[in-house]
Amino acid sequence: MGIRVERAPAPLWIRPLLPLLAVLLTFVITAGLVMAVGVNPFTAYYYFIVEPLAGRVSAIEVLVKATPLLLTGAAVTFAFVGGYWNIGAEGQLYAGATAATAVGLLMEGVPSWLAIPAVVLAGFVAGVLWALPPALMKVKLAIDEVVTTLLLNSVALFGVSALLNGPWRNPISQWPQSPEIAASAIFPRLIPRTRLHLGFLLAIAIILVLWFVINRTAFGLRMRAVGLGPRAARFAGIRVERTVLTAALVSGGIAGVAGASQLAGIHYSLIEAISPGYGYTGIIVATLGTLNMVGVALAALFIGLIDTGAQTVSRALGVPVYLGDVIQATLLLVTLSVLLFQFYRIRWGRRAG
Amino acid sequence: MDTSRSASVPAVEMRGIVKRFQDVVANDRVDFTLLPGEIHALLGENGAGKTTLMRILYGLYHADQGEIWVRGQPATIRSPKDAIARGIGMVTQHFALVPPLTVAENVILGHTSGIRVDLAEARRRVAAAAQRLRIPVDPGARVRDLSVGERQRVEILKALYRGAQVLILDEPTAVLVPQEVEALFASLRRLRDSGLSVVFISHKLHEVMALCDRVTVLRQGRVVGTVSVAETDRNTLARMMVGRLIQPVSRPAHPAGHRVLLRLDRLSARDDRGLLAVKEVSLAVRAGEILGLAGVSGNGQTELAQVLDGTRPAESGRVLVDGQEVPTGDPVALMAAGIGRIPEDRHESVVAELTVAENMVLEHLDEFVRNGTLDREAIHRHAARLIQQYQIRARPEDPIRTLSGGNMQKVILARVLERAPKVLVVAQPTRGLDVGATEYVRGKLVEQRERGAAILLISEDLDEILELSDRIAVIYEGHIVAILSGEEADPERLGLLMSGAALRAEARPPGGM
Ligand SMILES: Nc1ncnc2c1ncn2[C@@H]1O[C@H](COP(=O)(O)OP(=O)(O)OP(=O)(O)O)[C@@H](O)[C@H]1O
Ligand SMILES: [Mg+2]
Repeated sequence: MGIRVERAPAPLWIRPLLPLLAVLLTFVITAGLVMAVGVNPFTAYYYFIVEPLAGRVSAIEVLVKATPLLLTGAAVTFAFVGGYWNIGAEGQLYAGATAATAVGLLMEGVPSWLAIPAVVLAGFVAGVLWALPPALMKVKLAIDEVVTTLLLNSVALFGVSALLNGPWRNPISQWPQSPEIAASAIFPRLIPRTRLHLGFLLAIAIILVLWFVINRTAFGLRMRAVGLGPRAARFAGIRVERTVLTAALVSGGIAGVAGASQLAGIHYSLIEAISPGYGYTGIIVATLGTLNMVGVALAALFIGLIDTGAQTVSRALGVPVYLGDVIQATLLLVTLSVLLFQFYRIRWGRRAG
Repeated sequence: MDTSRSASVPAVEMRGIVKRFQDVVANDRVDFTLLPGEIHALLGENGAGKTTLMRILYGLYHADQGEIWVRGQPATIRSPKDAIARGIGMVTQHFALVPPLTVAENVILGHTSGIRVDLAEARRRVAAAAQRLRIPVDPGARVRDLSVGERQRVEILKALYRGAQVLILDEPTAVLVPQEVEALFASLRRLRDSGLSVVFISHKLHEVMALCDRVTVLRQGRVVGTVSVAETDRNTLARMMVGRLIQPVSRPAHPAGHRVLLRLDRLSARDDRGLLAVKEVSLAVRAGEILGLAGVSGNGQTELAQVLDGTRPAESGRVLVDGQEVPTGDPVALMAAGIGRIPEDRHESVVAELTVAENMVLEHLDEFVRNGTLDREAIHRHAARLIQQYQIRARPEDPIRTLSGGNMQKVILARVLERAPKVLVVAQPTRGLDVGATEYVRGKLVEQRERGAAILLISEDLDEILELSDRIAVIYEGHIVAILSGEEADPERLGLLMSGAALRAEARPPGGM
C-alpha cells in the first residue's frame, strides 16, 4: 500500500473545490499559531468567518473592505489573462489616487454628476499612464515587466510621499495629508450611516464588463490566445504586441480607478497609507480566483471577510491584527500549492511495476 | 554478469500490464518480452499505448496491474532512477538536455558522485565512451548549437554511459533526415551485436523491416501479436496495426495548370542566430501542382516555411501569390492573399488550452462576431461541421491539447482547407502520425492538387516527397541546388543532391524555375 502522486489531470469536478480545500488547509496550518497566542482556534475562526457576517454593519463592512480588492483583483486578472505579468497595480493605484485628488481639488462648485466622473476618469488615465512605460518597454524592447512594474510601485509611493511632504502638506495640521477634495466630488454612500460607497457598484460593474470582454468578445478570445500561447497567437495573425499593450494599460487604468475609489469613497484626502497593499493583495485575489472574473469577485469578498474578521477577532479576543495578515499569506501559499494539484492525481493502493 | 544465462533469460519481461487514464485503457493486459541483443519494434496507431508501456518500464508511469521482470528478477520500478539502476535507459520524444551546457556536462549530469566535478576528466571519459560505442559526438560542443540528430546521439550516449543494457527509443526517427536515420541504424545494429537490447518505436514500416528483429503490434492498448520480422511483411504489419488494409495514396496523372500561383523571387531570410539561412531562393508553383522541397534538416527549410507562414520576415526578395506581391512577416496579409499554412510544429500553431472550436476560428475571428460579441453558436456549428467532415475524433469544446497528434493535424488541416486556399504551404505534414492518419493527410493534399491549388510541400520524409510531388526541388545550405521532375527523381539521386555532394557534378544552373 502507498500513496503516489502522478502527473495526470485531476477530474474536473475537483477544480471548484480546490480553493475551498485551500481554505481548510490554511486553517489547519495556522491553528497552531492561533493557539500560540492563547486562543481556541475554533473560537477564533468563528470570529474570523462567521461573526462578521452575523451583523448588518459588519457584513456591509466586508463589502467596503472588498471594494478596492475587487478592482485591483480585476485589474491584475485582466493583465494576467493577456499574458502580461502586471505586479504594479499598487503603484498604478497610487497614481490614480493622486490624479483623483488633483482633479477632486479643482471640483469646488462643479455639480456631482460632472465631478464624480471626472475624478474616476482622472484615476483611470493616471493608472494608464503609470502602466505605460513598463508596458512599452515590454512590447518594444522585451524588458521583463515583472521587474519594471514592481519597481515603479516604490517610485509611486515615494512620489506621493514627496507631494504630501511638499506642495500638498496640510497647511494647518502640518500632517503629510492633502487638503480634502471638493464635497461634490465625494462618492455618495449607498447605504446611509455605513461606509459603503459608489465605488462598490463601480467595481461590480467593471468586473461584469471585463468578464464580458474576456469571455464574449473577439478581443477577449484573442487576448486569451495571446496569454496562453503567444507563438500560436502570432501564427494566427493576432497582433500580439498590441494585445499585450491593451491588456497592460486597461489593467493599469482599473488599478488607478481603485485609487480614485478609495480616495473619493473613503479618505477624501490623499494620505500615504491610502493603500495597505491593495495592489499586491490584488495578485492574491487574481490567483485565488483562478484568473476568472467570477472567481475574482468571490476571492475579493472572501479576503474582505478575513480582513474584517481579523479586526473582529482582535477586538473580541485581544489577539494582534497581524494574525489576519499571517493567515492571508498562508492562504496564498497553500492556494498556489493546491492549484498545482489540478495537474496531478493522488492514488492510493497497491503498487505495480 | 552471467552471460551463459543471459542468452536464454529475457532482458525485460512485462506481464499483464494494465494502465488506465480516467476512462481510457492505455494498456490492457499487455505482455511484452525483450530478448538480450535484439532490436524489438513496438508498432501501433496513434494512441495505441506504445509510449505508455515504455514509460511504465522507465518508471515515469506506474502500472495499475502487472509485473516487470528484468533479467529474470522481479523488479519494482518506481522512478527513472530505479530504471537506470536496472540498466534501462530511455530517449523520449522530447529531449531532456540542458542547452547551455556542453555534451560532456550533459552526459555526466546527475551521474556524478560528490560535489566537485572534474570537467576535463569528465570530457575525457565521455570522449572515450563515445569512441568505444562509436557514437560520433563532440564532447566539448554546447548542446544548444547541436542539430536535432546530434542531440539525439547525446541522449543515447547519456543512457549508455549510465550502463543501460536496454535502450528505449520513442520515435527516434521522427526528427531525423534520411542520412541521420542511416547513421542511427548503423549505430543501433553495432550496439545490438554487442549485446544491447533496443525497443524501437516508429510509425514507419520500412524502418521496422530494415532494422528490427521482432515486432510487437499494439492496437487500442492490447497486444495484437509479436512476430519475427523475417517472417512478415509490411502489408501484414499494417493490417495488424489498423485492422484493415492500407492502400498507398493514388495520385492520378494530372497536368499542372499554367498559372503560377506561388512565386518566390530571390527570397532570402535569416535564422534565429541572424545567419543567412535562405539564400536567394527562386521557385514557382503552378496551379494543380505539388512541388516537393527536399533537404536535410537545417538547410533553411524551416526558415523558408516560416517566411511563407508569416512568422518570419524575409531579408530580401519577394513572395508573389497569383502575381501579386505579398508582404512577408504578416500572417494576415499572407492568409488574405490566399495562402493556407500547415506549419512544421503543430504545437506552435494551436493554443493548447483553448478548445478545438476556438482554435478553428482563431485566424478569422471577425467572421464570427455578431453585434460586437462572439457568435458562440456559429463557432460551435462551424467546429461540429468540420469535425464531421474531416472525421476528427474530438468534441468542439475539448481543449485541443487533449487531442492525439493525428487529430490535432486534422484540425489544422480542416481550418486551412475549409477556406479553399489558392496556395498551400505544407511543412512536415505527417511527422509523428500513424499510417492511417498519414494516408488521410496525404490523400487530402492530393485532393487539393486536383482542385487546382498550388502546393509547396516541405518534407524531410523522402518517401513522402517522392510519393506526392510533381516536381522536386532540393535545398542545400539555403540554396536550391536542383529541380527535378517527379519521374527523374529517385532516392539515391535526391540523397546525393541533399548531401551537397552533387553540387559540383551537376554544375548546370537549376533547371526551369
Ligand atoms: N498522461 C496521460 N493522461 C491521460 N491520458 C493519456 C496520458 N498518456 C496517454 N494517454 C492516453 O492513453 C492512450 C495511449 O497513449 P500513448 O501515448 O501510449 O499512445 P502511443 O501509442 O504512444 O501513440 P503515438 O503514436 O501518438 O505516440 C491514448 O488514448 C492517450 O490519449
Ligand atoms: Mg507515443
